[in-house]
Amino acid sequence: MLIRPPVPPDLRSSAITPESLYLTRREWLTAAGLTVGAIAGATALFPRRSAAQQALGKPYGLQVDDKPTPWDDVTSYNNFYEFGTGKEDPAEQARGFKARPWTVKVEGLVRKPGDYALEDFVKAGRVEDRIYRHRCVEAWSMVVPWRGIMLADVLKRAEPTPGAKYVEFTTLYDPARMPGQRVPVLRWPYTEGLRLDEAMHPLTMLATGVYGRDLPNQNGAPLRLVVPWKYGFKGIKSIVRIRLTDRQPSTAWNESAPGEYGFYSNVNPTVDHPRWSQAKERRIGEFLRRPTLMFNGYADQVASLYAGMDLRRNY
Amino acid sequence: MGRPRWWPWAVWVIVLVPGPLVVAALVSDFVLGTRWLGSNPVKEGELLLGQWTMKYLVAALAITPVRRIMGWNWLQKYRRTFGLAAFFYGLTHFLWYALVDIQLDGAQLADDLTKRTYIVVGFATLVVMLPLALTSTRAAIARLRHRWVTLHRLVYVVPVLGIVHWWMSVKADVGPPAFYSAVFALLLGWRWWHARRETSGHATTPPTSPSA
Repeated sequence: MLIRPPVPPDLRSSAITPESLYLTRREWLTAAGLTVGAIAGATALFPRRSAAQQALGKPYGLQVDDKPTPWDDVTSYNNFYEFGTGKEDPAEQARGFKARPWTVKVEGLVRKPGDYALEDFVKAGRVEDRIYRHRCVEAWSMVVPWRGIMLADVLKRAEPTPGAKYVEFTTLYDPARMPGQRVPVLRWPYTEGLRLDEAMHPLTMLATGVYGRDLPNQNGAPLRLVVPWKYGFKGIKSIVRIRLTDRQPSTAWNESAPGEYGFYSNVNPTVDHPRWSQAKERRIGEFLRRPTLMFNGYADQVASLYAGMDLRRNY
Repeated sequence: MGRPRWWPWAVWVIVLVPGPLVVAALVSDFVLGTRWLGSNPVKEGELLLGQWTMKYLVAALAITPVRRIMGWNWLQKYRRTFGLAAFFYGLTHFLWYALVDIQLDGAQLADDLTKRTYIVVGFATLVVMLPLALTSTRAAIARLRHRWVTLHRLVYVVPVLGIVHWWMSVKADVGPPAFYSAVFALLLGWRWWHARRETSGHATTPPTSPSA
């Protein structure tokens, strides 16, 4: 239980994204600007380029081949209802949020519970950079270069007792600092949960940064969950409590609409959301839609977790 | 009112301007890398066109109460302009969904139009608006006479369907559709109240006085 499973070989990537790639993309933008009249029609199908495309300074560990979504999009288009329900609200309303000092409580069915200052909390594991696909339940997607530690390392340090079966996560509840919590669009504080084996999986991350920088407030500063084979809302933000339990935790979206958002919420193109299809997705920056992959493309790594389960029922 | 002759045409141009602007913003965002419509221009444009449909529906339904209350009879001729604009934006909203959003994916279109209630309701809204738009010409009004009035009572169904469509499409934030519901309730409520007052014969007299 406490031993981290080996990282699958196809994820141990040697592909280091060279800085020059990002620099040439800027040049492409300039060229495009000059010749736009001639190529207007053809480029309509090309991905958009961000003028503020960020140069990545550090090599990345685990990653996918997909091109990272530009910084501007990653940090200005997301759901974080604690800071408003519009996609661009969080970037606006979280601007003055103070994410330090920050304390994370680890409790429940563990031998070593504790309250950690964020700086001590992240000492549980090695900080890594990983590029993951991110698929929102609303059928849009991104590719995000996260920085963070493995949740498994945090759990190992806490030493779960044999009765521990699930992990429950809780977001900060502070309506004075999170204005969205003054409106009852969801049950506050936001909570999420994972089965212990999902939580221990080597893909499951607690992110403290994006694009090699500290996590911007709107993306869930200072600490958020990243589970790349699940829909984005499972990635609970601004975590203050991690609790190990023996029964399945209640989750915010599941309470809000049980028929639409299940506990598992694995990315699955064959199981539709009741109100829309999940077969395809629109990658932010691309015009044409692409097919959604089973477990968001991480089937080789995670499908075994759900062997024998009816995924239509356990959505 | 002493307005120039070209005034109604100017109103038409102003009313239609947001449509081409949204399309231009989409093209610009994908070709030039601008961010007029934010990170997800396809979704944003779709939402904007849906919202313009509702705005012009409000405008069309507000003409009669405002005209009666304020005595501005010159407003009357813009009722058709706004009604047709609502249809135009509703149609554009649907075409955007079919061509730009799902990109003529026949399987999904068939799925959406049969299984997804909010899309079925949205499509029904457009279907209800269609005969109203087609019979908005002077010739049609003359030909249909009193049946035109009966037919165009269908317009009261449009905001109800439109709101249901919008409400069902949101995940948790029902704020904007709730706001529009209140506005439509006010506009339709005024009509109901007005009609009741007229039929009961108490148009201007207090209930204690004998009425004519």
